[in-house]
Amino acid sequence: MTPSRDDLIDFIYAEARMLDEGHFSQWLDLWQPDGIYWMPLDYKQTDPDCITSLLYEDQFMLRLRVERLEGARTFSQKPKSRCHHVIQRPFVDVFEPEENRYQTNTSMHYVETRLDEQFLLALTAVHDLTVVDGALRIANKRVDLLNSDAAFGNIQLLP
Amino acid sequence: MPAYTQENVTDLVQGHRVHRDLYTSPEVYRLETQHLFRNVWMFVGHDSQTPNKGDYFTTQIADQPIIQVRHSDGEIHVLYNRCPHKGTKIAIDREGNTGKFFRCPYHAWSFKTDGCLLAIPLKKGYDGTTLKETENGKGMKAVGAVHNYRGFVFARLADEGISFEEFFGDSLSSIDNMVDRAPEGRMEVAGPPLRYMHKCNWKMLVENQTDTCHPMVAHESSAGTAVKIWDELGNPEPRPAAMQIIAPFMSAYDFFEGMGIRTWPNGHGHTGVQGSIHSDYDSIPGYFDAMTEAYGADMARAILDENRHNTVYFPNIMVKAPLGQLRNFIPMGADKTLVESYVYRPVGAPDALVARSAMYNRMINAPTSIVGHDDLEMYERAQEGLMSEGLEWVNVQRLYQEDEDFDVEAVENGTTERQMRNQFNAWAKFMTPQPSVPNAEAAE
Ligand code: FES
Ligand SMILES: [Fe+2]
Repeated sequence: MTPSRDDLIDFIYAEARMLDEGHFSQWLDLWQPDGIYWMPLDYKQTDPDCITSLLYEDQFMLRLRVERLEGARTFSQKPKSRCHHVIQRPFVDVFEPEENRYQTNTSMHYVETRLDEQFLLALTAVHDLTVVDGALRIANKRVDLLNSDAAFGNIQLLP
Repeated sequence: MPAYTQENVTDLVQGHRVHRDLYTSPEVYRLETQHLFRNVWMFVGHDSQTPNKGDYFTTQIADQPIIQVRHSDGEIHVLYNRCPHKGTKIAIDREGNTGKFFRCPYHAWSFKTDGCLLAIPLKKGYDGTTLKETENGKGMKAVGAVHNYRGFVFARLADEGISFEEFFGDSLSSIDNMVDRAPEGRMEVAGPPLRYMHKCNWKMLVENQTDTCHPMVAHESSAGTAVKIWDELGNPEPRPAAMQIIAPFMSAYDFFEGMGIRTWPNGHGHTGVQGSIHSDYDSIPGYFDAMTEAYGADMARAILDENRHNTVYFPNIMVKAPLGQLRNFIPMGADKTLVESYVYRPVGAPDALVARSAMYNRMINAPTSIVGHDDLEMYERAQEGLMSEGLEWVNVQRLYQEDEDFDVEAVENGTTERQMRNQFNAWAKFMTPQPSVPNAEAAE
């Protein structure tokens, strides 16, 4: 299957909706087994290893994150947080069907809320996508927060 | 809430109990900024953050805006970030190079990098005035005293008071061990710190550094789930780094009891006397060889076998020697604390070592970290709970003994709250006027 540009864009919207509706396990299934979710700390950070990031997680860590959200003794999720993504139409920056390589660049506003608190993050998400068994999968995802160097409280769900 | 003064505020500490106002009262916080944070030695930064002449970085000591700068003679100076004219902050960037002088952006008074006034435009306008005799006419004010200990820069705001050596004493052995882990015997900062805002009193965070009775409870959701998932996968080896870092938080009470806690005078202390949750990490290829080359095998082994967990330097930093990390708990008010978590690169060690420290930092200390979520939730709930009028006192009685003497070093069961009591004892001591001793360090 060769996806169209619209397929790629629809995929990004569907992923955001999955997170907003709290279908985190289903969201994990979108990933390639070696996929990395990266949220840099430093503006335009290039080194994810020797400089700390906000997030640089493999599938083991993402699964831990997701299972924890459902845990009976996850006190920071009593009551649970909710999130909301508002996304601008993604740019398709790489479209290489012969290489099975696609990349989108999406501006988003991410809102997270719990109890009386609500906060807003502006971000750019870059998705590396690939087709496996006829379905689009996330090979890697990089999320650059506009204010990645600011001091935050808890960011508990997934921008 | 009663009105607190320097005379009665120390009544809030009573051996095995402390009054809730210690955490919640804006008045107590104001007295801390006036006395405690001025009398003791506070962490500023690392000298590798300002490696060249004219390099500066801006930070805060509690509510005081501060600049660390490398002067033209190569020495590090610590100045208040305030123009002596009308108060404008001089440096706004978090870091930069100012060249040979600072220039105020408001009316262009300029200052040498040691703070001395260099020039004023239209200087004639001050002819016949007393500007030269005023404090303002001297330039940017420096802190009372500065000490660079193996790269770590500390300042005492007060002009007079306890010396650096007397204040820290043998507790410096943890910084020594951290720096000795670098084959070249020095560290360099590895990127910016993680910055994490907590809506709670700074003391809650500092106390938690030696609270060994919470990990298996508060972190069951993160460390416990990690262990569970790894089990479900059949415990395949090699363990991923995530398991090495997070899983030990689930260690049982007897592990933490056996670890031990050491306390030193003036509120310093550390967990992990006999090994710690950092003892069981895989070795990094090439590292021991580099250490052996630098120190000889016996010495290298001795340095690496010391696996202290958290060392608290009273009042508000924690050092993790085996990981080359420092956390700065910056008080921003009675109920607000900014946590800056730094990673340092041990110079001469393989990249993989600093990569593990960077991983630890983001897994445990980031605002996006699940382990951090567990902790912050507890502090903020405590901050809210302490507003209750139902009970006035906080209990820190675990393994308490009558007539505890905090002026002597002690090693005890790793679940004791003695180190917390040690901190409160030091808190009360430095909230009161300090005997004036000649100011040797300021002249350095
Ligand atoms: S306020 Fe700095 S020169 Fe006037
Ligand atoms: Fe904790």
